[in-house]
Amino acid sequence: MTELMDASADFTASCPLPIGNYPHVLLAHGGGGRLMQQLIDGVFGPAFANPALDERHDGAHLTLGGQRLAFTTDSYVVRPLFFPGGDIGAMAVNGTVNDLAMCGARPRWLSAGFILEEGLPMETLQRVVASMQTAAAAAGVEIVTGDTKVVDKGRGDGLFITTAGLGVIESPGRIGPGQVRVGDVVLLSGDVGRHGMAIMSVREGLEFESPIESDCAPLVAPVMALLDAGVKVSCLRDLTRGGLVAALNEIADASGLQIDIVESAVPVIEPVRGACEILGFDPLYVANEGRFVAFVSPDTAELALTVLQRALPDIRPARIGDVVTGRPGLVTLRSAIGATRILDLLSGEQLPRIC
Amino acid sequence: MKFMDEYRDARLAAEYAQAIRRAVTRPWTIMEVCGGQTHAIVKFGVDELLPRELTLVHGPGCPVCVTPLEMIDRALAIARQPGVIFCSFGDMLRVPGSDTDLLSVKAAGGDVRMVYSPLDAVRIARENPGCEVVFFAVGFETTAPPNAMAVYQARRAGLKNFSMLVSHVLVPPAMEAILSSPNCRVQGFLAAGHVCAVMGYEEYLPIAARYRVPIVVTGFEPLDILHGVLLCVEQLEAGRAEVENQYARAVRREGNPTARGIVSEVFEVASRKWRGVGEIPSSGYRLREEFAAFDAERRFGVAGQTADEPTECLSGLILQGLKKPHECPAFGSRCTPERPLGATMVSNEGACAAYYRYRRPAV
Repeated sequence: MTELMDASADFTASCPLPIGNYPHVLLAHGGGGRLMQQLIDGVFGPAFANPALDERHDGAHLTLGGQRLAFTTDSYVVRPLFFPGGDIGAMAVNGTVNDLAMCGARPRWLSAGFILEEGLPMETLQRVVASMQTAAAAAGVEIVTGDTKVVDKGRGDGLFITTAGLGVIESPGRIGPGQVRVGDVVLLSGDVGRHGMAIMSVREGLEFESPIESDCAPLVAPVMALLDAGVKVSCLRDLTRGGLVAALNEIADASGLQIDIVESAVPVIEPVRGACEILGFDPLYVANEGRFVAFVSPDTAELALTVLQRALPDIRPARIGDVVTGRPGLVTLRSAIGATRILDLLSGEQLPRIC
Repeated sequence: MKFMDEYRDARLAAEYAQAIRRAVTRPWTIMEVCGGQTHAIVKFGVDELLPRELTLVHGPGCPVCVTPLEMIDRALAIARQPGVIFCSFGDMLRVPGSDTDLLSVKAAGGDVRMVYSPLDAVRIARENPGCEVVFFAVGFETTAPPNAMAVYQARRAGLKNFSMLVSHVLVPPAMEAILSSPNCRVQGFLAAGHVCAVMGYEEYLPIAARYRVPIVVTGFEPLDILHGVLLCVEQLEAGRAEVENQYARAVRREGNPTARGIVSEVFEVASRKWRGVGEIPSSGYRLREEFAAFDAERRFGVAGQTADEPTECLSGLILQGLKKPHECPAFGSRCTPERPLGATMVSNEGACAAYYRYRRPAV
């Protein structure tokens, strides 16, 4: 033992070969964490570079004949197709609608592409389509074009959906990470972590005392309420994979500013907290499908919170932090016991801990 | 949330911190043994509340971190074989072996599945009689009872397609190894509460006496850790070296006799290699001879497979509390969670990963 320790004390600091150049795509490349960021930075970004894409917002800001438009697309792969609080159809509409809303746009038109696996029960497809219809009506959008492909049995996971969306920007100014300023207040539209834990509980057969329902919902109404009330909105971002932390890190990174948040101010419902504790997950990293953060100027922060609380009375909108001068791109958290730590992106997906 | 919020109270934390500051008159170095405690310390910033005189060093109690490279390589070799369903707890999937990790084996077509309980792996074996189902049994005394139960149940069910790759390690021999090192800086221990919930704490009494160190059985919430530190510091300042139980709400002196019973029925104590540290005699479990049919190393013929650990990784010194993560020249540059040189950077509970996530210095 002693000999071994002495040997290990005599280390060299040369650089060995790391496992970093993945020859295959890993699941973690789609996890909303650092690996996905690397995929965007290394593969897609350089290939497609243009001013609209380079803004790296939820959707592209475009101007056409004097009209300001927002354009976005998203693909939906979720197992199971139906889960407590939602299904792939509702997600496919709401997710794209929400990306448009985050540009300060009123969503107008959606496309829907379906990749169906041979053998998918027709009844399942009909349920999904009915759910899309309901969600589209609720969000005030029309699905105006579509496409269908069928792949061999075993070459798909039942059903994949891709939607693209077009919306008309209604905010007076630009909304995006570039508009964030020191002093801006960070508001969160509601409690976090429901969608990820709802999926987890169904997929992994985990049973909790009170079932957790996904937060899947359109965000058009609260965003429009903020704009209509005259709130000076700098940036909006809906929380998806990677949760609150991913959204805040993306904005801190893109704006070159530091964001400080207070852990105890972030609402998390008890069943989600409990499930996260059991699995060793941090709810701040868990996926959502119906929550957003709003960066607003300090003079309209109180108004904004009132507007959100009126629009979303059941999900506890809250003021969670501030934009400060500090280290560019850094997100920090004041912990429950009053100490401060960095809130970093995860490498990939959260994995349950051993003990 | 009940049983949680009351142990994360900012006001009480400040009071404990105040009591610790009052108790401390000179520098002390205390090791928290368990990776779960390390995680809580950095996640909640517990050490920020401690006086400068106190140094917390992070012990060897992260099962992911101490699993030797050759054992990961054996897991990879088994998982790559066609017809094998390889089951593991989630956080082992990203740990690098010599050339790849289990997630990459999965991406390349291997059937690697994340399970939450070893009994899930037994169920998978029952449902897939045409496949060999292997469970990667990693961990300390805490995970030994469910793992033992899985083998026990598989035998009772007459399963021929279930086996276990066992890499179990034990806390007390590791503590003794650290204490008997000439470089040892550790003056007191926070013992791992959940290990003691299974095993009790009688085996720590001779260690405290022989090495003259206080050992405080400690829980995992921020206030548990602060309380454990306070008890340890009070002992150190008073020149006492006793075993104390801070985590009495979960730990009894004799532990959990039922859990210990199933463990000793299925496993026997054996010599084990620790990643970054080396071989420690009587420091782990292996399957007893009567359960040899469930030993994946024998079934797949991988027992002889060895691997050299990269010498540039400091994880051995970090696991012994001789170095802090940021004292490693590779930390945060050549070694990151995406490109880990050693397992302490991979696991959520690993000291390096915890430092990287929560404490990354300015770049």
